[in-house]
Amino acid sequence: MSDASAPVVHQHAPPTSFIRKWVFSLDHKVIGKQYYGLALISVFLGMILSWLMRFHLVWTNAAIPGLQLISKNGAPGGVMTPEYYLSLLTMHGTLMVFFVLTNAPFAGFGNYFLPIQVGAEDMAFPRFNMMSFWVTFLAFLVLMTSFVIPDGPPISGWTAYAPLSAVGKDAGPGLAWGQTLWAISIGLFCVGQLLGSLNFIATTLDLRTKGMTLSRLPISTWAWFITSCIGLLAFAVLLPACVLLILDRVAGTSFFIPAGLVISDRLQPHAGGSPLLWQHLFWFFGHPEVYIAIVPAVGIVSHILMASMRKPLLSVKVVYSSMIAIGFLSYMVWGHHMFLSGMNPFSGLVFSFPTLVITIPATIITMIWIGSVYGANLRFHTPCLFSLGFISVFVAGGVSGFFLAQPSLDIQLHGTYFVVGHFHMVMGVAAIFGILAGSYFWFPKMSGRMMNDTLGKLHFWITFIGVYCIFMPFHYLGLAGNVRRYSSFVNDYLQPLLPLHKFITIAAFITGAAQFIFLFNLIYSRFKGAPAPANPWDATSLEWSTTSPPPFDNFGGRHVVVYHGPNEYGVNGAHGDFIMQDSSEPAPEPVPGD
Amino acid sequence: MPTIALQTDRGVRCATQNATALSGIWVAIAAITMAFAAFTSSLIIRQGSGDDWRHLALPGVLYLNTLVLLASSLTLEIARRKDASNLASMRSWLYLTFALGIVFLGGQILAWYQLRAQGLYLATSPNSSFFYVLTVMHALHVLGGLAGFVYAIRRTLSPSLWRTATLDAAATYWHFLAGLWVYLLLVLRMRL
Repeated sequence: MSDASAPVVHQHAPPTSFIRKWVFSLDHKVIGKQYYGLALISVFLGMILSWLMRFHLVWTNAAIPGLQLISKNGAPGGVMTPEYYLSLLTMHGTLMVFFVLTNAPFAGFGNYFLPIQVGAEDMAFPRFNMMSFWVTFLAFLVLMTSFVIPDGPPISGWTAYAPLSAVGKDAGPGLAWGQTLWAISIGLFCVGQLLGSLNFIATTLDLRTKGMTLSRLPISTWAWFITSCIGLLAFAVLLPACVLLILDRVAGTSFFIPAGLVISDRLQPHAGGSPLLWQHLFWFFGHPEVYIAIVPAVGIVSHILMASMRKPLLSVKVVYSSMIAIGFLSYMVWGHHMFLSGMNPFSGLVFSFPTLVITIPATIITMIWIGSVYGANLRFHTPCLFSLGFISVFVAGGVSGFFLAQPSLDIQLHGTYFVVGHFHMVMGVAAIFGILAGSYFWFPKMSGRMMNDTLGKLHFWITFIGVYCIFMPFHYLGLAGNVRRYSSFVNDYLQPLLPLHKFITIAAFITGAAQFIFLFNLIYSRFKGAPAPANPWDATSLEWSTTSPPPFDNFGGRHVVVYHGPNEYGVNGAHGDFIMQDSSEPAPEPVPGD
Repeated sequence: MPTIALQTDRGVRCATQNATALSGIWVAIAAITMAFAAFTSSLIIRQGSGDDWRHLALPGVLYLNTLVLLASSLTLEIARRKDASNLASMRSWLYLTFALGIVFLGGQILAWYQLRAQGLYLATSPNSSFFYVLTVMHALHVLGGLAGFVYAIRRTLSPSLWRTATLDAAATYWHFLAGLWVYLLLVLRMRL
């Protein structure tokens, strides 16, 4: 093989020691699993935090047994204080947005499958790749430390709005060391993501195997590539923001703290800073972050849908062009999070317009999915169900975005549960459905065993109905004027809404409990599941042309050459109605009558 | 197995490495550009948000440092233009580039001491805060560049493709740092 376009081989020998093989591994597959495992721990932690909050909202004075052991000050006698509610709110948001929605669909699956899907044997910079995970893991540990220090976790929310997040302990519990740990953790997280994005981009550009042109990249790889471009520029802005926040907190600077601020009867020793500056920096990252969570899910779902429908999407190129458009526009809309911040009303109008424009590519993608699924002979396995569920929650959550994009409506709705319902559906639940679809789809490849499909379907239906029961009523609560971030609704005009809150809480407990079915399925199938063939879904992309799980160098020393695009479904192939990308059989012909 | 043996052919690895190293550097440059755009945008917004913005005279040594950094870009280009028959000369020019990088960092440290001597610390005023933040952040990236040079100097003994790949990547990054510094100096000069 003298072809200079061939992929790079592993520049590190297969490790033999436990530490190099499973802990400080350079193998992108192990790193992908590490990211996925970290996301799994984080998602269950975040979910338990949401249970605690939901319980407290409707049974405000009831003790939660054992909670006082976690925080003596935050939950004396097991009854949560309003401040501790906010601490849990902060940690729930931070864990879910950063350590779950960014880690699993992008860093987890992307690390494992991007190199294989382009025909490479590892990432471009394996050492940076290893560093990216361990820096992220360190970020997780630093964040978790805030649970065990006397100060407790911060109360300023996952957005850490200044000046609350910048002034220190005078402003409340968690705002001394807890908030500093938060800022350090997120700063570290940014470093990890930057290293990861660097690898994803260089690998996609330079390590594609022979024949793997850009137009032959699977849609999931396109999604990870676009996401890494978004993430590269977004995290590069959040990192400086965290540096400035840390300096305000520990070095006495005044980037975000205005003059004359009196908190707890103490004049703060700062002057002239701009709280709005933090919001600009944060949301310049924060809005692209929504797409960092959702674009990989869009790619994963498109990838799975084609294997389920046995035909390509109506136009794959339009889907990835729309993803590029979304990525581009995502940098122009951050101000729609700040309609209430006191910025110039004309600025609101300027941000409202691209926000409405961004719905166009999102709608195009959705229409392509629905138009493609229409009339298809779907294989209704669990990954397919979660993919269809993704479309449903993505649309249901996205529609409320049309309302929130308009400043005149947002002024009324921004501080209410309407917004909570919107972003949980369109960002949280939709991305989680993408992650779950990907989990059921790729588990056989990652573990060499199949997951139980019956348990998977049970998990899907409880989750699908459950999330609608939880998050659709949020929209109604918001329209009824239910403010968010309150820790209880006793003795005020919100009392009539309590029965609905109780319904949501019960739905949250049931839906959350259903996630343990998934966890059980994951662990049980890992050891006792039926052995997985190399290509259980009759799919076309390169990960299915190697063994399950793939060998250390991904293709067992074979130099893969790509002859076909990734969407050759519904054709007369040698092995069925599909042709694999590395199959040397002739160009496909459409199935007669299709 | 012959396939494996062929796949580890160094020529192939070098060719691919050349591309990935350069791509990696350009991607890193995009991220660093974005980060400094965020820092300097913050400076402009912060200047307009309070009435505590006080003029700050830049330490004169900064201009000398600028010349040193630009000179290091020049010596680096001379090193890159040496062919394989003149490796000793190439290494000498690389050592000189490295030394100029160290001199630049030393000059920056001197500038910080000069500001301290005037009673201007990190938290004294927004101007001094931004001065320290921007210059320290740039210096940290210069340290990264110097680490790259250590690697590049070691690689001068490797086959030509390896050498070129590393040198191209290190040089692209170093020139970017010089350009970035000129931009920062202009911002500091006009805004502080």
